[in-house]
Amino acid sequence: MKRKVWYVGVLLASLFILACSSDAMDDGTQQDDGPVNVSFDRSAMLRNWADNIIIPAYTNFNTNFNAVVAANAAFKADVSVNNLVTLRNAWLNSYQDWQSISMFEIGPAEDNDLRLNINTYPTDVQAISEAIANGTYGFDLPSNRDTKGFPAMDYLLNGIAATDAEIIAVYQDTNSGQAHLDFLEAVVLDIQSRVSTVATAWTSGYRDTFVANDGASATASTDRLVNDVIFYYEKFLRAGKVGIPIGKFTGTAAPNTLEAYYSPKNSKVLLLASLDAFQDFFNGTHFQGSAKGESLASYLVALNSVKNGEELENLINAQLENARDSFESLGVFKEEIESSSASIADAYDQLQLVVPMLKVDMVSAMSIAVDFVDADGD
Amino acid sequence: MIGQLQKKLIQPVEAAPLAVFRIFFGVMMFLSILRFWANGWIEKLYLEPNFHFTYYGFEWVKPLGNFTYVLFIVCAITAVMVAAGIKYRLAITLFFLSFTYIELMDKTTYLNHYYFISVLAFVMLFLPAERYFSWDAYKNEKLRAKFIPAWSILVLKLLLGIVYFYAGLAKLNSDWLVKAMPLKIWLPSKFDVPFIGDFMGLEWVHYAFSYTGALYDLAIPFLLFYKPTRKFAFIMVVIFHVLTRVLFPIGMFPYIMIVSALVFFDASFHQKIIEWIAKRLKVSMALFQNTSAYQPKGIKAKFATGVLVIFMAFQLIFPWRYLLYPGELFWTEEGYRFSWRVMLMEKSGYAQFKVVDTKTGKQFYVDNSDFLTTFQEKQMSFQPDFILEYAHYLKQHFTAQGHKNIAIYVESYVALNGRLSQPYINPKVDLTQEKESFKPKNWILPFKDEITGI
Repeated sequence: MKRKVWYVGVLLASLFILACSSDAMDDGTQQDDGPVNVSFDRSAMLRNWADNIIIPAYTNFNTNFNAVVAANAAFKADVSVNNLVTLRNAWLNSYQDWQSISMFEIGPAEDNDLRLNINTYPTDVQAISEAIANGTYGFDLPSNRDTKGFPAMDYLLNGIAATDAEIIAVYQDTNSGQAHLDFLEAVVLDIQSRVSTVATAWTSGYRDTFVANDGASATASTDRLVNDVIFYYEKFLRAGKVGIPIGKFTGTAAPNTLEAYYSPKNSKVLLLASLDAFQDFFNGTHFQGSAKGESLASYLVALNSVKNGEELENLINAQLENARDSFESLGVFKEEIESSSASIADAYDQLQLVVPMLKVDMVSAMSIAVDFVDADGD
Repeated sequence: MIGQLQKKLIQPVEAAPLAVFRIFFGVMMFLSILRFWANGWIEKLYLEPNFHFTYYGFEWVKPLGNFTYVLFIVCAITAVMVAAGIKYRLAITLFFLSFTYIELMDKTTYLNHYYFISVLAFVMLFLPAERYFSWDAYKNEKLRAKFIPAWSILVLKLLLGIVYFYAGLAKLNSDWLVKAMPLKIWLPSKFDVPFIGDFMGLEWVHYAFSYTGALYDLAIPFLLFYKPTRKFAFIMVVIFHVLTRVLFPIGMFPYIMIVSALVFFDASFHQKIIEWIAKRLKVSMALFQNTSAYQPKGIKAKFATGVLVIFMAFQLIFPWRYLLYPGELFWTEEGYRFSWRVMLMEKSGYAQFKVVDTKTGKQFYVDNSDFLTTFQEKQMSFQPDFILEYAHYLKQHFTAQGHKNIAIYVESYVALNGRLSQPYINPKVDLTQEKESFKPKNWILPFKDEITGI
């Protein structure tokens, strides 16, 4: 009988460990003072992301977007070329600021489908005209996401007529001018309210949830945000901004699918802004600063210490810089595409080369599953 | 010599261990099916995908739409029937067929332990598992036997032994032993496991886990078989499998292995389990306490023995087929499956398919998420047979869409056990011109490193 006691002991101890290891017990009180060799502190990385990158980017966006709201009010009160230009500049500033937020489609942003609500392009010109004529906008409907956000503003400020004078004329029209002004205002306020909803959610609770979820399961913050950011890079930065317009997935170039199609010189500005934001996130560089905190790059450095592997973080940074250089040397994307230039296709290839480094090398080094695959392994 | 062996194999032994094995197997299978269903995996893995990766030679095995549920119901019910020993022969046959059919529907979900269950079920088709403490024996006096030939329990021990020992052999390679890969990648990410999490980043822990893992797999069949070490071995089994359950997402497998390992224990131990169950069910054991010994005879017995001997020989030889292929096994995966190679690789890939009109030169890339689930895409991107089958599917799809003169190329990268990714499939080969077969796939680019060992 005595001997049995100790089997039972082993069994119970094992079951206890088993029970404790479920995700529900992940209470985020992980301590890192053990004798750890790969001693990377994921929660420090999450804090750096939240406090020095994500929340400052939202705050900055909100502050700068006030300028758009103000410029729009001024334009509405006094439709003039000067006011149009001011509004346009404010819009472009904010559109660039948006590139620092767009990749963080997690938590409140995900719940609110922020990216689709703010930046779905190409915008539907036909539907916009109808909405203006009817005076009903339905901005909460998923089907109307391509009638609002920055792309709709691009059309309304740059594309609705050929010259500035003609654009002004649209808004001064005695019959439909006011309807256009009202619609423009609604688009501006829709952006403002949606982004600030998400920003507020970050500062009033979600930040702590995000940082506390510092485990290593598929639903932990690190795993999820890494997946989200890679998804962004692949689908929205690589494909959305370049791949689709140059016809990489259809065989037919489609310049009308460019971001900022109605102000073609801006496509490049926005792509470079998003590439910068992505690289800063990768390196943990503080928003609009040069200081760095824990990041995917420093995580890779920590992992290298035990793996004796090649320096993947350097390879990724070098390739991102290659991509940036290629795009910087390009002219206006729309013209490059229309002249079927080989250089934009080459620049795309440089962007593309980063994808396997992120999706294969980085993710497997960190043992992060690509997307939440809920099935057994063996 | 052979006569002696034969005598040993057919000598009557108590049937209790096999009865207990049958009961636990049935119960475990029933729970596995329930868990699978409850997790929503029937929809997610078999009903939602538009396309399924098939096994070579079993292309006709596909999900059956809503009848797929029927398949799972059959599987669950027959598992219970096996446990209870109700119409055992029919139940285990249907269980084997339905379970194996399910596994053959999509190789994306291939797991060694699913294969193990199919193998066990197949062997159980030929075992007299319903002779003792079963509904069938309860009802039919002629079936009842307290003794069965020794081979019917030995064959299960041998199977378990093969699984462990071959899994151990597979670990005898330079990545596992010299580099402590892939545990060196996997363990540090388990920093949040209670108690042991803090040690998971230590390099010596990675090596300790690698070596004990290999040693465990190689030694455990013998330690279980040899009576003086049996209890110690079983404790090791429990600790090992619980640890793997804690560290890795491997579902029911650890429990199945723990329960299966009980078969090594003496009949008296199993007798106690049966008496315990009998008490709960208020079944009188007196009925089963006869002294009759079942000994299969005649053509049927010869057939069963023949099948089992051939099958076990196959089990011993089949995992070595990789030796016939050139190139690194971990890289090409030719002969990787069905060989008890468990948790050996951290391998991931990226595959981008290019569709080219060979006449006009017009080309475009495929968005894999249009056709595959994330799970399928993940599995496809580092396994050549998946890549080939998918390329053929793409050709069929785009031809149906009206594209002509289609050639399909893939640009792919694969990273293996912590090495940087390198190009995987020859990007200049039109995959529509290649056919699946057992022949070496010469369109896989060579592995730029070397892994030595078995």
